[in-house]
Amino acid sequence: MLTEMAIFIFLALVVVASAMAMLLSRNAVYAALFLAMNFVTVALLYLILGAPFIALVQVTVYAGSIMVLFLFVIMMLGAERLPGGEPLRGQRVLAILLGCVLLVEMGLIFALRSGLLQIQMPAVVFSEPVDLGELLFTRYQLLFLVTSVILLAATVGAILLTRGDKVSLRDLLQRKE
Amino acid sequence: MIFLEKNIADPLLNLAPLVILFPLLGLAINLLLGRRLGEKGAGVVASLASGSSFVISLLLTLSLQAHPQAFTLPLFQWISIGSLSVSWDMRVDTLSTTMMLVVSGVGTLIHVYAIGYMYNDVHHQGDVGRYRRFFVFFNLFIAAMMLLVSANNYLVLFVGWEGVGLCSYLLIGFWFEKGKDGIGNARAAQKAFVVNRIGDFGLLIALFMMFWWFGSLEFERVFNAARSLAPAQQGVLLAMTLFMLMGVAGKSAQLPLYVWLPDAMAGPTPVSALIHAATMVTAGVYLIARSQPLFALAPAAQGVICWVGALTALLAATIAVGQMDIKKVLAYSTISQLGFMVAAVGMGAITAGMFHLITHAFFKALLFLAAGSVIMGMEGANTVAHHHAGNPEEEIDPQDMRNMGGLQKRMPLTYGVYLVGALALAGIAPLAGFFSKDEILVSLWDYSLPIFLLLLLTSFLTAFYMGRQVLMVFAGKARSQAAQQASESPKVITIPLLILAVLSLLGGLINLPGVATLEKWLEHTVAMPEAGHFSPAIALSSTLLALLGLALAWVLYGYRSLAKLQQSDPLANYLGVIFHAVQNQWWIDSLYQRVFVIPYRYISHEVLAQWFDQETIDTMAHDLGRWNQWFARVLSYLQNGFVRTYGLVVLLGVVVMLAFLATR
Amino acid sequence: MGIPVSYYLVLSAIMFVIGILGVLLRRNALVTFMSLEMMFNAANLIFVTFAAYYRVLTGQIFVFFVMTVAAAEVAVGLALMVAIFRTKHSIDLDQMSSLKG
Repeated sequence: MLTEMAIFIFLALVVVASAMAMLLSRNAVYAALFLAMNFVTVALLYLILGAPFIALVQVTVYAGSIMVLFLFVIMMLGAERLPGGEPLRGQRVLAILLGCVLLVEMGLIFALRSGLLQIQMPAVVFSEPVDLGELLFTRYQLLFLVTSVILLAATVGAILLTRGDKVSLRDLLQRKE
Repeated sequence: MIFLEKNIADPLLNLAPLVILFPLLGLAINLLLGRRLGEKGAGVVASLASGSSFVISLLLTLSLQAHPQAFTLPLFQWISIGSLSVSWDMRVDTLSTTMMLVVSGVGTLIHVYAIGYMYNDVHHQGDVGRYRRFFVFFNLFIAAMMLLVSANNYLVLFVGWEGVGLCSYLLIGFWFEKGKDGIGNARAAQKAFVVNRIGDFGLLIALFMMFWWFGSLEFERVFNAARSLAPAQQGVLLAMTLFMLMGVAGKSAQLPLYVWLPDAMAGPTPVSALIHAATMVTAGVYLIARSQPLFALAPAAQGVICWVGALTALLAATIAVGQMDIKKVLAYSTISQLGFMVAAVGMGAITAGMFHLITHAFFKALLFLAAGSVIMGMEGANTVAHHHAGNPEEEIDPQDMRNMGGLQKRMPLTYGVYLVGALALAGIAPLAGFFSKDEILVSLWDYSLPIFLLLLLTSFLTAFYMGRQVLMVFAGKARSQAAQQASESPKVITIPLLILAVLSLLGGLINLPGVATLEKWLEHTVAMPEAGHFSPAIALSSTLLALLGLALAWVLYGYRSLAKLQQSDPLANYLGVIFHAVQNQWWIDSLYQRVFVIPYRYISHEVLAQWFDQETIDTMAHDLGRWNQWFARVLSYLQNGFVRTYGLVVLLGVVVMLAFLATR
Repeated sequence: MGIPVSYYLVLSAIMFVIGILGVLLRRNALVTFMSLEMMFNAANLIFVTFAAYYRVLTGQIFVFFVMTVAAAEVAVGLALMVAIFRTKHSIDLDQMSSLKG
């Protein structure tokens, strides 16, 4: 139990630290790398929580492809750093202030309203990816299909948006190459 | 077809809607294809449409001869709100077919006449494109008038009533950019419209009262309900009929709302003939005839109507004596004759009133059209004289009778028919006007002596002013170059004149004393008290008075005085101030101007427009706008374009909401 | 038996607030985007926590869907950013203020 707690605290610290580092790093490439680190750590937390499938998806999709995509775009656009400072007066102070208030509020709600502070996690049961898949293809089948359509639309949209020369969809379909 | 019903006495009656549809068809053709049809084509199409309407009316009349009961042809449900249910029915009975025949018959003749007249008019006024427009309006008028006379309830009748009012407005202002100061005609049209609105207001109130008290607007139901209500609620009926009288006074140009009709002469002459003499202005008479069961239940209202008619007749006749404009004389004469009709139908002598309506339609249309022919001749010669270089004579008013004279030789045919019309109007036996006027006088003899005497005096004046007009226009020597060179009008104009002249000669036949064809015909529809019998004494006295009037005109306007006419009217020498008053319409127009128009304008302009609208309301509106602008400017600071600021605001919202949730 | 549920919740809340601050403070549109992803992650963490707590799989299923949609969103979002960069030659969020009132 003690080791469990120690591992959790270590991971939590890494999560917070990497998040802060992402927030504070001036260079966008560093920020992306810190974020990847954050994602991987969160994936470890998922593992502790008994969700191996989600943990692996987190690593492959988030820390893998999405972050690569980010890095790729950052480097392609050469947008590692932006010149100039904060132009909005009071933005920084207000944002930090409100963020802290929000944190306190959330804590209060967790503590006072739901009484979750004392509840212990039950013994973790590893969920089988097979069960997850079964649920996904039976009960959530429709959602699954809809998501596939969203992905398709996103793919087409991304391609269309990043094409250099302006072509309409019709041209695209009619072109015989 | 929705109007095909099986249980109809005569299949011919199914044709009734065509009476309205034909003019509408003509209108549509002219409106859509008029440009391709060309000038003559437009006129021919319109005349054919009106003529077809006449043929249908004839067929309806023939089929009614076999089954003279009133017949209702339901077309469709129009309004159905709560207890109010108005259906669009056509009523075919002896009264409505009589009106249909007059409207479409005289209307067709005037259409034909207008083919020729308007051709000249549009060329003279310099806008050929309006030829087609004229016939569109004319057909619309026929359709609206047919709707009016074929209605089976007061609301549909009101639609037709407003429709003819609209056509009247459009046609008075036909040359809207002409006239005094360039807006004279438009003003005349506006005056007609506004004065008619005052009357229509009364009619509407009467309609509202009908709905309120009787729950229906259908003729038969209203009459039945009125019969059962009459003993208990005499006041309601009186108010209702008097409000209806207001509408009648507006439409049929009776006191005190007659002032629009003389100004309406600003329209082209066929318009004056068709709308402002023969048909539309008789709508009021028709309304009273149609509502006779209502009026019969309100004897007090009948008396009022009778007096209004008689006073209008006399007043207008006196004014007609002093007019110099050829059309103005006829206009006042129309008002005066309408007074005869209103007096007749007012006291319940429907046959006499309708009889006079029909004969008047014949001879007054004839007179107007002949006057139009005279004006055309004068205008033509005037233009020719004007265009010849080196002619110092100024362009003269072709409608002023002082500039005429001697047209007897230049326009013999016009002179002939004019004489027929004038004699018919004067009531000389055996022309149409004699019989109809005589019947009115006979009926009045039994009803009320003072009114009888008033109308007898009016008959005398009528003969006098008609004699004066004929002498001034046709007799003596030409008093202007235009009159000297005037020429007879073409056949398309003279043939309708001849037909109308024949009708004016023989119109009396439709209700000869003793035979009473019209009376027996109308009796199927309108219950009438025993009509007065032909009385030789009254006939003789009225004819003698008419002859006396003509003779007096001859004496006063003989050859010698005619030559000096341009300096002064001979009547002015004898009557002095009174003639001056007559010439200025007893100053009634300027009285209305002072009492109603000028204060109204003052209130509307100074008080309402200046003070209330521009100062009070506008200030309020502007201030509201200014506050709003200020507020918006303050708010627009929030919209600074930075996504992150918006995000901050969203965060603030989340924080506040969570705070609310946390502390609740 | 081990770590209280609330620890995970607090950790998630901290991540969420850091994400918000990232959106509000960083001008670089790409970093803003990453911060959004982090906020997704915070939410996902709670989903998984409660899935473990209640021993139902629905929470994990939802995380799965969130990830899929987030992937789609990232694809479109990055494409948009590339397109914006082409016209504006910058991905500074403060430069994109042409809708100023």
